[in-house]
Amino acid sequence: MSDRDDNFGFHHREGRATGEHVRLTPEQEKARKRRNVYIAWGLVAFMVAVFLITVVRLSQNIAGAAG
Amino acid sequence: MLDTLTQTGVTHAEGGAVSTASPRDFFDLMKPRVMTLVVFTAFSGLVAAPVDMDPFLAFMSILCVAMGAGAAGALNMAYDADIDATMKRTRKRPVPRGAVSVSNAYGFGVVAAVLSVLLMALSSNYLAAGLLAFSIFFYSVIYTMILKRSTPQNIVIGGAAGAFPPMIGWVAATGEVSLDAVVLFMIIFLWTPPHSWALALYKSGDYAAAGVPMMPVAKGPKSTRLQILIYSIVMVVFAGAPVLTGLGGLAYAATSLGGGALFMLLAWRVFASRAGEAGSAEEGELYAVRAGDKAARDLFAFSIGYLAALFAALIAEHGLGAYFAVPGVTG
Repeated sequence: MSDRDDNFGFHHREGRATGEHVRLTPEQEKARKRRNVYIAWGLVAFMVAVFLITVVRLSQNIAGAAG
Repeated sequence: MLDTLTQTGVTHAEGGAVSTASPRDFFDLMKPRVMTLVVFTAFSGLVAAPVDMDPFLAFMSILCVAMGAGAAGALNMAYDADIDATMKRTRKRPVPRGAVSVSNAYGFGVVAAVLSVLLMALSSNYLAAGLLAFSIFFYSVIYTMILKRSTPQNIVIGGAAGAFPPMIGWVAATGEVSLDAVVLFMIIFLWTPPHSWALALYKSGDYAAAGVPMMPVAKGPKSTRLQILIYSIVMVVFAGAPVLTGLGGLAYAATSLGGGALFMLLAWRVFASRAGEAGSAEEGELYAVRAGDKAARDLFAFSIGYLAALFAALIAEHGLGAYFAVPGVTG
């Protein structure tokens, strides 16, 4: 990382805002949005998976205890 | 080289660094073609296990194996970006192509690995999750970072990573490593050298250019052809082991015998040929080959079908009720 790393409008070595901003091209914006949508769906899928696994395993344990 | 590659896939706008990688590029990082065989063998191990698993948990376990294999593939592509860029067969992969940066590939691989192991622990058991974690570590660190560039035995030892999936499937269902799980592991472990060296024979120019000491590059084509023959004999004989343990029935025995005979024929053809002598194939495609290397190409292609057929027979026998014990075998 360079000392004048203004990727996020921030001068890292001096610890201050540079006042400069990254201007994305339309292609970059589109690609970032597409990746963000996929990450969001991935997180939702992960939550649903954990929930369903928990439900199935709980029901198995309850059935096992009753049987 | 690494600095250059770190910048690939990244465009600078007003001093910023933003990737234009698409989700498809990240999917390609997971080596989907390799993943197919991994999923198939893991599914086979799970189905062949003598314990019935809840269908949803079984599905999740297989999904975790797929994700874990994909994670290992991404870590492999991140580390091997420099040699992938020099090989015709691999230069179109997302990292050398410039679609995904090395750091993003590492990040993606680590996140996918952690999630796959975590979900595996939740959906099956800790032993299966531990084996999955170890197989990812083995492939991405032991094979990719240590063995691949240092010894011609790289794929012999590293082949263990690809042999884990049926064992993981088995353990996910049963919770323990039994003799049958080890037998399934050993079949893939012994299958890997003739399979990989057949490819290396007709792509040896690629490996030599990249500085990877694959057997044909380090020991020469003649020695490789002999070793392919020896490993093929051992593997084909060992592939009959499931019949002796009772895991494989008549369908498996027939597949093992017929497929094994054809495998031996093709391995003998490679041994008797001059495969590997002509250098690498002209084109970068996986099956592109010079005339003298056809025997090696045929063995490489058939080896994939052979392994798939063995595990398909187990699925048919244990999942579709087509199991008929071989007479005289008590198991």
